[in-house]
Amino acid sequence: MAKTTFEEISAADFFYRNRDIAGFTNPSRAIFAATRELVENSLDAAESLKTPPDIYVRLSFDGEASSETKIYKLRVEDNGIGVPPRHIPSAFGQVLFGSKYKLKQQRGTFGLGGKMAILYGQITTHQPACIISSTGVSKIYMYKLMIDIRRNRPLILDRKVLINKERWRGTIVEFNLEGDYFRAMPKILEYFKQTAMVNPYANLTFVDPKGRLYKFTRVTMEMPDPPKETLPHPYGVDVELLQRLIQVTPHRNMMEFLRNHFHRVGEITARKFLEFANIRSSKNPKKLAHNEIVRLMRMLKKFREFLPPDASCLSPLGEELLRAGVLKELKPEFVVVHQRRPSAYAGHPFIIEVAIAYGGEIPKRGTFPIYRFANRIPLLYDEASDVSVRVINSINWRRYKVTPDMPVAIATHICSTKIPYKTVGKEFIADRPEVGREIANGLRGAARQLQRFLTRREHVDREQRRLGIFSKYLPKIAQFSAQLAGKEKTPDIKKLLWSVKSFETEKA
Amino acid sequence: MKPKKHKSIITKRRKEVSSGLESLGLKIYEQLDKGDFPSIEMPSRSTENIYYDPQVRQFILGDKKVRRKARNIRHLRPFTQLVWTAFFSHELTSQRKTSTLRDVYYSAQAYEMKFKDQQESNNIITDLETVLAFSREDFNIFPEERSAVFGDLTIEYTVPGYEGKRLNLTSHPDGVMIGPALTSAEFVKTTADKVIAIEKGGLFTRFVEEGVHKKFNAILVLTAGQAPRATRHFVRRLNRELNVPAYIFTDGDPWGMHIAMVMISGSANAAHLRELTTPDAKWSGVWATDIVNYKLPADPLDEVDIKRLYELQRDPRYKDPLWQREIKMFLKIRKKAEQEAFSRYGLTYIVDEYLPAKLEETK
Repeated sequence: MAKTTFEEISAADFFYRNRDIAGFTNPSRAIFAATRELVENSLDAAESLKTPPDIYVRLSFDGEASSETKIYKLRVEDNGIGVPPRHIPSAFGQVLFGSKYKLKQQRGTFGLGGKMAILYGQITTHQPACIISSTGVSKIYMYKLMIDIRRNRPLILDRKVLINKERWRGTIVEFNLEGDYFRAMPKILEYFKQTAMVNPYANLTFVDPKGRLYKFTRVTMEMPDPPKETLPHPYGVDVELLQRLIQVTPHRNMMEFLRNHFHRVGEITARKFLEFANIRSSKNPKKLAHNEIVRLMRMLKKFREFLPPDASCLSPLGEELLRAGVLKELKPEFVVVHQRRPSAYAGHPFIIEVAIAYGGEIPKRGTFPIYRFANRIPLLYDEASDVSVRVINSINWRRYKVTPDMPVAIATHICSTKIPYKTVGKEFIADRPEVGREIANGLRGAARQLQRFLTRREHVDREQRRLGIFSKYLPKIAQFSAQLAGKEKTPDIKKLLWSVKSFETEKA
Repeated sequence: MKPKKHKSIITKRRKEVSSGLESLGLKIYEQLDKGDFPSIEMPSRSTENIYYDPQVRQFILGDKKVRRKARNIRHLRPFTQLVWTAFFSHELTSQRKTSTLRDVYYSAQAYEMKFKDQQESNNIITDLETVLAFSREDFNIFPEERSAVFGDLTIEYTVPGYEGKRLNLTSHPDGVMIGPALTSAEFVKTTADKVIAIEKGGLFTRFVEEGVHKKFNAILVLTAGQAPRATRHFVRRLNRELNVPAYIFTDGDPWGMHIAMVMISGSANAAHLRELTTPDAKWSGVWATDIVNYKLPADPLDEVDIKRLYELQRDPRYKDPLWQREIKMFLKIRKKAEQEAFSRYGLTYIVDEYLPAKLEETK
């Protein structure tokens, strides 16, 4: 009889075995995912200080691996908050350790991406990662470390302390990994371009393995307000979260428990809810039995009188920054941006921002290029499955005088404490009706503005053409009729031209 | 200048054309000078304004007018083209130069007056004809089509370099081309007492070879298919100025019939023009009844021929009994014959037998 063995695996081990779910599917995807994860961590690190990010990324060739893949050295430098020395080993060498388990809008979701990249580098090259960081104090710390995959622990191979004369602050991550840059190149470049579009206050520099330099320069020092941390909204909780809250709460009755651990629940709402759920307000939450916790969760979702989550925990880009970003990267003739009021799905607040760009350097392709963003990161894969694409395809664009042959590009940005991704790889957004509706309304609003612009421009064009025709032909009529009549002097037609012109300006 | 015997028709007409063009220019100039958008009025050439006038025996334009206004953006371009064409025609006529329709189209480009295509330029020339009631040949603009004349007629050129030079139109056995120089020539003297117009080059040559001009005292005109306007005008002048009757020989089918009719009564396209028709000219053959009477080798009429015959039957120009009779006969026998069909009776049969008989019949 076969014997089944059971073993516990570490988080690092789990992700080692299941790296597909984090986007490290193949050598080309892996090099793309590693780059993006580190860039996003760097952006977050700078933004948490409200410092306009300066990020330098270099990919350099480091050796042959197989016929299709090569070893690359990836180096990412930022001017972010820096990591305190005692946290460096865990922050970079222990999966699921990190600063991202609170409820606020962040780029990453699990604090997983950066470590996955390092882990991937380690399993493909078996070389340590080098982390250099300073929080701006008098010292800079340098660690060489690897991950002990079976135990999910950092292995420190080397540690150096350097003098920080210039009070540099930031983090440098450098490690080797196997990948296929040349296949990944279009996506990586597109990633930088779109990241620059949605982070117009960031300087991004990328040097690729051939030594080509790509520079995306900021156009503004303005940054959106950083998001505030927030409590969970009652509609968004599950049993696990309730249990954890109950474990840590210092409060000994349900009234206080609800008021202090949930978003937008005050005394009145709490009392109404307890009546609705038929729970005594003096009940000690720690005494709730398992089935009572399940019931509590159900009642929380059923109660209709909770206020919707507010959006202070969100940090949308804002219309001005979105406009600046689109103008900077797409160089259109005209752009309309539209920010929706905050909304919520399943207790998670979100804000939709959209932009429609027209003309200029936007190509006429017969379909509109779509740029999708979530919490200020671009989504580059699986476009066809994304809710934005479905919504865009369902809109009757002709109503807004927009036809597929026009040079139109569309950008959608969703920011939320919890982006409804369908996969861990952060590639596309699930079709939540609330989200779809907001995107549709945002696009319609922007499309109406675009329509006004197109109508006005058409009018101006027409008038200009008109005037052009008059100023082309009237002088000829004057000239030929004068010659035909045998007159020396050509009649003065300035007045006639002026009458055409003043007539136009009146109308315009 | 040496005094002329009689007031030259050609010179007089040239003066009228020239002053017509100048006064058009002056009209526009004055409107502009007053600070107004100029406009030009002309008879409408739309089909509902084309009528057959039994008095004049040709199509004429009715009272409906159209006004081209420079104020109207849609009129502006054709308006300018019209003024340019008038200017260009004036240059041509005053310098005694001639030009073709194709030439006009290209010349416009030298003045940054590009025409979209030949058709657009032709239309503008027709507009100018309508405005001034002169034909384009009067503006020294000729189509490319050429036809010829042969016979005892002495003409005197008026074109620069040839003024006063005379030519007898029997000088060249292929005939003399009815081009700008001949069109503007004065008729000096003739012994001919009739004009015979012939549709086809082959038969024209045969007539010259057989000495038809001598035997019948005739001036022979080759129309080469549908007669060009210059030829129609030339035949009219022969008919009017020399006071000789004109006879027209065409193929025996609805198309040949119509070639004759256009020479006699004009076309709807030229309803804005006069002096292109020869209302007293006779269509002398080949008739449908000739096909029967002379037992000519004939081809069956095809569908378009029959459709055309029904159209002609309703056409006001064809209301005369002779025409109606021939149309009916064509429809009855369902046959058509070319002029060359007489060759079955020998090459000279047409000259020896048919021609004298028909000239007598249609006298």
